[in-house]
Amino acid sequence: MKSLRWRKFVDLFWTGASGAGVVLALVPLLSLLWLVVSQGVANLSFSFFTNLPAPVGEPGGGVGNGIVGTLLLVAIASAIALPVGIGAGVFLAEKGDGRAGDVIRFVTEVLSGVPSIVVGIVAYGLVVERMKRFSALAGGLALALLMVPTLARSTEEFVRLVPGALREASLALGVPKWKTSLRVVLRTAAAGIITAVLLAVARAAGETAPLLFTSLNNQYWNLQPDQPTASLTVQIFNYAISPYEDWHHKAWTAALVLLLLVGLLNMLARILSRNRMEGAR
Amino acid sequence: MPLPSDSVAAARPSPLAGAGPSRFGDRAWGAGISLFGGCILVTAGLILSELGGQSLLAFRKLGVLHFLFGSDWDPVQDKFGAFPFIYGTLVTSAIAILLAVPVSVGLALFLSEMGPKALRRPVAFGIEVLAAIPSVIFGLWGLFILVPWLRSFIEPGLQAVLGFLPFFQGPPIGLGYLAAGLILAIMILPTVASVTIEVLKTVPLPLKEGALALGATRWEAICMTVLPYARPGIVGAALLGLGRALGETMAVTMVIGNAPEVHASLFAPGYSLPAVIANEFAEATGAVHVSALASLGLVLFGITVILNALAQVLIRAVSQGVPRGAA
Amino acid sequence: MKKLALCALLLGGWASASPILVTGAGATFPYPLYSKWFAEYNKLYPDIRFNYQSIGSGGGIQQFTNGTVDFGASDAPMSDQEIAKVSDVVHIPTVLGAVVVTYNAPVTGLKLSAGLLADIYLGKVTKWSDPALAKVNPGIKFPDLPITVVRRSDGSGTTYVFTDYLGKVSPQWKSKVGTGKSVSWPVGLGGKGNEGVTGLIKQTPGAIGYVELAYANQNKLPLTALENKSGAFVAPTIESTSAAAAGVSMPADYRVSLTDAPGAGAYPIASFTYLLVHKDAKDPVKGDAIVRFLWWAVRDGQRLAPPLDYAPLPKPVISLVEKTIQSLQVQGKPVSLASSK
Repeated sequence: MKSLRWRKFVDLFWTGASGAGVVLALVPLLSLLWLVVSQGVANLSFSFFTNLPAPVGEPGGGVGNGIVGTLLLVAIASAIALPVGIGAGVFLAEKGDGRAGDVIRFVTEVLSGVPSIVVGIVAYGLVVERMKRFSALAGGLALALLMVPTLARSTEEFVRLVPGALREASLALGVPKWKTSLRVVLRTAAAGIITAVLLAVARAAGETAPLLFTSLNNQYWNLQPDQPTASLTVQIFNYAISPYEDWHHKAWTAALVLLLLVGLLNMLARILSRNRMEGAR
Repeated sequence: MPLPSDSVAAARPSPLAGAGPSRFGDRAWGAGISLFGGCILVTAGLILSELGGQSLLAFRKLGVLHFLFGSDWDPVQDKFGAFPFIYGTLVTSAIAILLAVPVSVGLALFLSEMGPKALRRPVAFGIEVLAAIPSVIFGLWGLFILVPWLRSFIEPGLQAVLGFLPFFQGPPIGLGYLAAGLILAIMILPTVASVTIEVLKTVPLPLKEGALALGATRWEAICMTVLPYARPGIVGAALLGLGRALGETMAVTMVIGNAPEVHASLFAPGYSLPAVIANEFAEATGAVHVSALASLGLVLFGITVILNALAQVLIRAVSQGVPRGAA
Repeated sequence: MKKLALCALLLGGWASASPILVTGAGATFPYPLYSKWFAEYNKLYPDIRFNYQSIGSGGGIQQFTNGTVDFGASDAPMSDQEIAKVSDVVHIPTVLGAVVVTYNAPVTGLKLSAGLLADIYLGKVTKWSDPALAKVNPGIKFPDLPITVVRRSDGSGTTYVFTDYLGKVSPQWKSKVGTGKSVSWPVGLGGKGNEGVTGLIKQTPGAIGYVELAYANQNKLPLTALENKSGAFVAPTIESTSAAAAGVSMPADYRVSLTDAPGAGAYPIASFTYLLVHKDAKDPVKGDAIVRFLWWAVRDGQRLAPPLDYAPLPKPVISLVEKTIQSLQVQGKPVSLASSK
């Protein structure tokens, strides 16, 4: 029988070890955040948001077109992914208890694991080769393919969370089934679904790999879906692997902008979900 | 014998027996959402047919076995072997898992059992922040901070202490398998940690409490009851993390060195499946080259699907209470 | 509601009098000059925008062949097989550049013989302190650093020119590796584009790599003097680059190699770089814009080359190119260039 003192020491040791785990996990995070902020703030200026990139080797210029491009790509992706994802989620929640539902649910799980670069290959074959050009549409489709599975799963979850009593009460009052689903159930689940949408959009805004050979890049402003488009993430990548000090600084600043955008979306999602939690009884 | 209430019920029409419009509305709604449900299948079909279609040429021309195990990546002579990329992907992912799982378990234990309650909220928040950071920003940090750090301190240090092992030989340039593995470890931490936390929550309380009641210290209780019970779930979490690590592109591309070779040393530059696709797809010269890259994508997709399915099975096994060596 | 606003925005963007956007992709070799050219041209004609993406010569040729870009760019002339897939391609040489060997080591005035450079890239010479290096560079003190070879990870015209040179001066290289935009490298870290290679060299002590002259100079990296065909060690400059093109007879389709050029002052790894266009453009607006830009580039644009470390086209070549540009057509009709800018 080991002595109590030894056993207490072991207990303390492992407590420390698990604490070390926390430190190991958080140190890179803090280092990264600190660097993005400290390096990125230097270049942060109004012109950074509004200017186009300057020619190679010349100082000045900004990532205005990258910000607009990312917003355009996310808008196109959402236009495709929101109806499909939320619709599929509602299907799984309302009619998904049978064989068909099981199959579709399984396929959704599988799809959520598709690596983002593979989605890029698919979008290239489906859109870029057929349209004979790189386009924001192709990039948006790639992002949509990434958003749909998580949206479907989250929507199913939130719709199923709506208390059955609510649905039954509505039906008992004579409201048709479809109106019940739409006006009562979905409306109740709306906050949760919006949370899921915000998170999916945040993820799409941060993707790079699928955009490399779908939306390519663009030196200029672009709002046309059938043309190549700049994006914050691709710009960061190009600047980071370049040899120019000036571009490295710009990469940090663009990273800061991207982090702020993603962070804002995530924070909105948290606030919404907290309100929902507090509002629910 | 018919009850009076029956006749009353029969006389009043059921609200669900549909007057015309709502019947149509119900049908339209049902059809609409079924359509979207079907879209999922269509999407999966499109992905498979696109990938499969683009890969056919390479498999036909190069032979499946030769493609998977060949080491020659020679676009000039149309010779393509996928082995260096599979090797690089496996090595970097292995490093990531070896580092991330213990840290995640420690983290999860800290958050659910062993740590002071006041720290739980901020640490959990920190993990969520880590999960939201885009891959290219990890790559940026890796390229400018981690790689020089590895080159100047960690790799020479490892070489001094463990240089007799083939894993730590060769010039320490910072870029390579180790850098990629480290970044991947940091990136999959949130995934593995959050699933582990969920798994730990499903362990029935009486198990641990029983051990404590018998005089075990906190760690002994965890070690003897919680961990064995949760083990399949932790393995599942590790597999999920592995699946994520396999598909990670940008951060790996920026620090792995982009060399389609096979080396034993972790300090050597290598390549991974997603990285080579990202670098070469837009400029693949010739139909066979493009097809070879698409085939790499198919291989990657296949591995990821299998891993995710396995992970789901294991995690479900724990949460549905398959007792494993319960005390 | 959100969707309505989105539709309105998209329609507005589409319908508005949008400037002409011409998309091209390809070589990273001339990218510093091209990006300056396109910016200057846009200042002259704000309605015309050239969106050029430097993804490597291999990418330029591939995307041009696929028809996903309006024009391509490559330092490596297209091979006969590649031309067979897009038979109406015309190579337009735009400027001359030099592929230089640069490095990250405390060494000044490095000289390399041809065989030695090949040996480094074959992986036979692995340390800076190797006696072979000292033999060619008497008087220089070399550090005891391992040599980290850097090369391209993407399909590159710069690689084509470099391996073309190595193939000419090293029989072992020719048989073991060969020439191409992507080859099976015996050793080396892969960088994406000239930009990526330069970035890797800058960050890795002991690294050596090949990049276009402009990248080395813009990043204040040291240049290596290489032994040319006449046996002289020549540093890469605009003059030595032009000297390499001086004695060369230009074929009708401009596909020529300038590596290992004869001449005492010729730099051994020089190259033309080309824009790839269609002989008869289908899109009238873009085709017209491209032809007018080419006219400007080979005449007015040449003066922008030397400040960026590129050598302008030799005068005889410019005359030939002007005739070729005049023979380009847009939907079957030539573009009137005589009075143009």
